[in-house]
Amino acid sequence: MKGYAGKFLEVDLSSKNIKETRFNEDILSQYIGGRGLATKILWDKLGKNWEQTDPLGPENLLLMLSGPLTGYVPGARLCVSGKSPQSNGVVGSTVGGEFAVELKCAGYDGIIFYGKAEKPVYLFIKDSEVELKPANHIWGKGSQETLKTLVKECREELSSRFPRRGLWKEPQIMYIGPAGEKRSRIAVVAAKWAHAAGYGGYGGVMGSKNLKAVVVKGTEPLPDVVYMEKVLMLINKILEINFRNIVFRRWGTGNLGHDVGSRTSSEPVRNWQEEWHNEESYGSYEFEKYWVKRYWADFGCPTSCLKLAVIRSGPFEGSITDNPDYENQAYLGTNLGIFSAEENIYLTALIDELGLCGIQAGNVLGFAAELYEKGILTKQDFEGIELKWGNTKAFSTLAQMIADRKGIGDILAEGTHRAALIISKLKGVDVSLYDVTEKGVAIGAHGIRSEEDYPGYESYACSVQAGDHTSVARFPLDHGNSELRSLLYDTGVFCWFNFFEKEAQDLLWPFIEAVTGWRITEKQWIETVGRRILHIQRALLLLGGPDLQWVPLKDDDVPLRWYTPLGAGPYKGKAVDRERLNRDRKEYYEAIGWDENGVPLSTELRRLGLQDVDVKLDEIRKNLPK
Amino acid sequence: MSENERVWIARDYLRCSGCRRCEIVCSLSHEGKIWPEASRIRVFMLLPGVEIPHLCVQCHDYPCVEACPTKALSINKQTEAVIVDKETCIACGKCIDACPGKIPYIHPTDNYVVICDLCNGKPKCVEACAAGRWNALEIIKKSETHTFKLYAKTPEIITRDVASQIYGKKWRESV
Repeated sequence: MKGYAGKFLEVDLSSKNIKETRFNEDILSQYIGGRGLATKILWDKLGKNWEQTDPLGPENLLLMLSGPLTGYVPGARLCVSGKSPQSNGVVGSTVGGEFAVELKCAGYDGIIFYGKAEKPVYLFIKDSEVELKPANHIWGKGSQETLKTLVKECREELSSRFPRRGLWKEPQIMYIGPAGEKRSRIAVVAAKWAHAAGYGGYGGVMGSKNLKAVVVKGTEPLPDVVYMEKVLMLINKILEINFRNIVFRRWGTGNLGHDVGSRTSSEPVRNWQEEWHNEESYGSYEFEKYWVKRYWADFGCPTSCLKLAVIRSGPFEGSITDNPDYENQAYLGTNLGIFSAEENIYLTALIDELGLCGIQAGNVLGFAAELYEKGILTKQDFEGIELKWGNTKAFSTLAQMIADRKGIGDILAEGTHRAALIISKLKGVDVSLYDVTEKGVAIGAHGIRSEEDYPGYESYACSVQAGDHTSVARFPLDHGNSELRSLLYDTGVFCWFNFFEKEAQDLLWPFIEAVTGWRITEKQWIETVGRRILHIQRALLLLGGPDLQWVPLKDDDVPLRWYTPLGAGPYKGKAVDRERLNRDRKEYYEAIGWDENGVPLSTELRRLGLQDVDVKLDEIRKNLPK
Repeated sequence: MSENERVWIARDYLRCSGCRRCEIVCSLSHEGKIWPEASRIRVFMLLPGVEIPHLCVQCHDYPCVEACPTKALSINKQTEAVIVDKETCIACGKCIDACPGKIPYIHPTDNYVVICDLCNGKPKCVEACAAGRWNALEIIKKSETHTFKLYAKTPEIITRDVASQIYGKKWRESV
């Protein structure tokens, strides 16, 4: 099979047994790689006992998967997955960087981790030589120290094992910070600096397995493709299209911190109490002052949407992060009442260092601050911190407490939704109004009340990845932002950001054929191949458990807060219209092949050869109101 | 090719995005595959954000050629690039030891050393870098100078210098 290295690693952390495994063409042509293959693997290995599987228990799997297009399609990414401790379903969580390319060059398309190591370990892969090594010396260390230590140590080992080869480049590394080690549900699996697989909470899964890092050095070429000339021609077309995208090249998403507030009015402000602001202090003009590299990119990418921000003096001296990109600008800025570029860079750098997710952590910090504002949580609950809007120091102290699971940080490390359930019980007050999440996942920083941003009413309510703003449901199903399209990117596995243009999107079908030889049309993807994956993801999301299970239909809703009218700005007074949401949701269910409760239809599942999924879903169907 | 058409690849580390398009086109050109570990130009990332394109500088005194025990290395008269004769090279690594920047390295699967050949005067890496308007690599006209050799530094040294430039002085000690 072309485009694939052909082998996957299976690593049992409990028994320390490491072996190679393969998937046949029948499986790969249907599930491809990345999110698609992750869904298939999880269904096959855990589906039977899905509801009982604890995402943070040794029975969960942790997957790191590339796809056949990874490294060829400009903008390489890796897909991290498993049973999500946020949604209790499957999230395909992708992250940019060179890791997936290096892994393929080592001869592996992906890694499947089982079990739990007795003591902290990291996995070291040098082509086909694979071993688990002790990680006690980096356990507890933040991102920068972890990365520096591993690069040094592994390069030294390579040099001593291959003394005559010349200098070794760095290996590529995926790792967790202290938050992941503490099994936080809002921890990331990180790469480089400021690169993270955030959605899903897989940093906590990795930590629960006592796995600190995965280090890989691969010296082979990328796997062969079927039509190399065609691939090179398609690469060049995608490069040309994106070299023209000057706005993204210049600012990445960093010009949105002001724009999404002031223009589209869909930016979280003070825990989504508002979605509008017009703070000129928060424009890219201010952020640019801290950029030491305007064009920072991952493997093969023409866009370089990353920008390296550094604070060189003052109280926040030493902070290093990306851009910050829009999501971090919003969640670690406006959502906390912070409108200073410098303070946002500082807080983002801290979140990176702790291995927390900017979106999930920013959401829970905003939630906590609103509870403080409303008097539900007090200074005493926060061990003396005055968690006032805009108090950057207070937010940074609380972020540290979350990473350490210290004091109230232990509750907040569970993520907003679970923290809301705990605090409601603890304080005897219903705090669900302040819980701005979708099925356990903090929602990306793109609101729907103004209806001026790209997600629609059905987008989060019907997404199989819940609050994930990179995987929103849209109909008609061939919509440019359709969830089936996100699924294609995450399954490929490559970056969405080089495919904003229809012209570029249309190149992907010939690209798949040029790499793998498989002819998949857009129609086939929507009706069969992509749809099959989406249904399994949906089924696993509905099965959920063990701590929480989503109620079909009822939980396909948006946060309560979004039914409250916007209080200011050009869209003042706008709120989600429940009747219309119900209508849009119904139309989406019909288009995608789910019944009136959002459960995949038997006929649909059987059409796609998913009899076993259909049978399993009877457990859900029998509990539904007639 | 007359002398004033000879080229040298100037490098501006602060402009390197780390996209590795140079590695991609170099390995495609020399190996017919996308193969970062066999690229004649290698981007070192000993610290993220500090991406260092590392490639031959064509020293005026060619210590690598001098050091070769089998005369596998020669200087191309037109381009003045170091040319490796794959058959004669025994991959002993003496050229690596002799290089002030430790730039050459042994091919990952074959038994010979890998050194930039300037693509016969039209380096693909520079074209790729220019296409994206990054211009971390640029062609300059080669002149009689001893300055070029000073760019033959190890990636560790360059990383320390560039890291302290962009992250601050304390990062000098980090590699």
